[in-house]
Amino acid sequence: MALSFPEEVLEHVFSFITSHTDRNTVSLVCKSWYEIERWCRRRVFIGNCYAVSPGIMIRRFPEVRCVELKGKPHFADFNLVPDGWGGYFYPWVCEMSRAYPWLEEIRLKRMVVSDEGLELVSKAFKNFKVLVLSSCEGFSTDGLAAIAANCRNLRELDLRESEVEDLSGHWLSHFPDSCTSLQSLNMSCLSSEVSFSALQRLIARSPNLKTLRLNRAVPLEKLSTLLHRAPQLVELGTGAYSAEARPDVCSNLAEAFSRCKELKGLSGFWDVVPFYLPAIYSVCSRLTSLNLSYATIQSPDVTKIVTQCPNLQSLSVLDYIEDTGLNALSLSCKDLRELRVFPSDPFVADANVSLTEQGLVAVSEGCYKLQSVLYFCRQMSNSALTTIAKNRPNLNCFRLCILEPRAPDYLTLEPLDNGFGAIVENCKQLQRLSLSGLLTDRVFEYIGKRAKKLEMLSIAFAGDSDLGLHHVLSGCDSLRKLEIRDCPFGDKALLANVSKLETMRSLWMSSCSVSLGACKRLSQKMPRLNVEVIDEQGDLDSRPDSSPVEKLYVYRTVAGPRLDMPSFIRNMAQNPTYMR
Amino acid sequence: MDQKKSTLDLFHDLDLATELRLGLPGSNDQPEIIKTSLSGNKRSSSEMGSSTCTDEQESRFSPPTKEQVVGWPPVRSYRKNILQVKKTDSDTGSGMYVKVSMDGAPYLRKLDLKMYKSYEELMKGLQVMFKCIIGLYSEREGYNGSQHVPTYEDKDGDWMLVGDVPWDMFISSCKRLRIMKSCEARGLGDCV
Repeated sequence: MALSFPEEVLEHVFSFITSHTDRNTVSLVCKSWYEIERWCRRRVFIGNCYAVSPGIMIRRFPEVRCVELKGKPHFADFNLVPDGWGGYFYPWVCEMSRAYPWLEEIRLKRMVVSDEGLELVSKAFKNFKVLVLSSCEGFSTDGLAAIAANCRNLRELDLRESEVEDLSGHWLSHFPDSCTSLQSLNMSCLSSEVSFSALQRLIARSPNLKTLRLNRAVPLEKLSTLLHRAPQLVELGTGAYSAEARPDVCSNLAEAFSRCKELKGLSGFWDVVPFYLPAIYSVCSRLTSLNLSYATIQSPDVTKIVTQCPNLQSLSVLDYIEDTGLNALSLSCKDLRELRVFPSDPFVADANVSLTEQGLVAVSEGCYKLQSVLYFCRQMSNSALTTIAKNRPNLNCFRLCILEPRAPDYLTLEPLDNGFGAIVENCKQLQRLSLSGLLTDRVFEYIGKRAKKLEMLSIAFAGDSDLGLHHVLSGCDSLRKLEIRDCPFGDKALLANVSKLETMRSLWMSSCSVSLGACKRLSQKMPRLNVEVIDEQGDLDSRPDSSPVEKLYVYRTVAGPRLDMPSFIRNMAQNPTYMR
Repeated sequence: MDQKKSTLDLFHDLDLATELRLGLPGSNDQPEIIKTSLSGNKRSSSEMGSSTCTDEQESRFSPPTKEQVVGWPPVRSYRKNILQVKKTDSDTGSGMYVKVSMDGAPYLRKLDLKMYKSYEELMKGLQVMFKCIIGLYSEREGYNGSQHVPTYEDKDGDWMLVGDVPWDMFISSCKRLRIMKSCEARGLGDCV
């Protein structure tokens, strides 16, 4: 008889292990640990909703309280995934409503959610607390009304960046007077105006409200009224930040802000009128997070704000900040961990602002803790990238978007291979990388050799041949997600690395040189992969094997071929010609 | 051998380095885009002769047409929309037209406040429009030393002296302008 701890003790020990990877590892130790672990697992994360089925999840983990699901591939954000692709929430909520009556939290990303689904959530789970819908779509404000009306203990309703059919603002008025549990509300993606008095009363009766992100329709003149009722706020997203310039309104607002002693994060700032910016100055010194990426204010105004935020850890801005603003940032914000600079006019070839690679170099020099970068710009050089890499070996996320595809080093006109090579060589902990600019197979050689901790790689308009893809697939040991568009990568690299694909979550390739025949062969060799060809031309059955596919999405799965594919998606394992 | 690249060659190299392609990458090196739009173009001059100028060379000489590539640059659609809205607001050219009257003038004029960035510019514009002299503003004395004084009606319906408040605040509250004769303007401000 094996000497072991009683189950209860092991369960108690496991309760301290919260990371998904750790829990997965625990379950692999031995059969009894697997059993104990699966009964006490409370949080499940499914990075690809088609990798597993609701039934499999429920069978293995019967006592779950929190489910997180992700649907569409990342490139769906940029309209590369056709409508009707999938990622439906309804089948999941149907089964969960029967199996998990005590479910408390649902977090979804890039999934299609319907009003029926939301209504089911609101009625099936008596203790439902948290709903986060990130970049989701398919539902309307009617679904939100059901959630508001029926979830008695709702703590969090976060609709970040979802596309909601906005029928009216009336949904907010469905929160009953008895609902006082709200801690977080993010309605920033909605356009309709909600009843201000309903909003005001909701806020007033929610003493634990920490996060409030308003939508654009909430007028600035009324913001101070709301702030007065919620001085305990930690994160605030303003509505439209413009109004007639009136000193009394401004001083009221400033006073209301100054009362919010816990405020650490600000966002919103649509339609900014600079006259009202001083109202936030009193909270700047406490801010750790600032999102000005909708604020179309010029460099002096942006700079004036950021230089007053010495504790800033995360900043999102438009390129209006310019190199001068970024330089000032590098001198003032020594605690900065994350910087995102978005383009104000992405479709214009000529620079409308004076933002170049120099701004990023300055930040890399001055901000010692900088770990995560998302930077849109119009020019880059190998020397700048090398400088950045040497300055900041602690980078873990580096996403550079040079607006013009295949833009070379603007100083030498060479490819940017060496610059990105320096990034992967110096930043040994790099987990996420997005490439842009003119790149040959050489950069992939560097990446394959050096980027051993890389988990996610995004490639566009790069490379010369299959060798590039082969370097990545054969070299990047930690790779989980690979997304590629418009690159000359094809069959050879794919078929030479078939087993690699089962160690990854997913591979996306669009407008590359992969042939239909190669997709079929891949599917034959790897039965536990779903090899899905997306092709809207409608004649897949009659096309020769040598013809290129438009889009390819490959992912590992234990659930077999999808049952909900639209007509323009084919699973190569189900190919009629293959059956012959 | 002549090492120096002609400017045409450099242009050629640059063009290929940055061009967008619609064909599958690696398929061929000739620029494939723009062919349809340029095929209708006449040859630039009969003097050039068919041997020296092909269709493809012509396409390189003309400014590259930008085809918008789907999903590039990778900016989420809600971000694009926000900025589009902002652009159209300023593009509609609705301007900020206010009526301007001058005492004694037979008719009123209209002026776009958005055309000016400061009081100085506005004064210059008014002086040109009405062929008058307005004089210099001072906080203590208003517009001393001139026959005309600029005033405006604000959102509350009050008649105010132009120049007291910051420019931004002025243009957001100004409903109409009136250039008063200074003898009438006594009673506003502290002018003697």
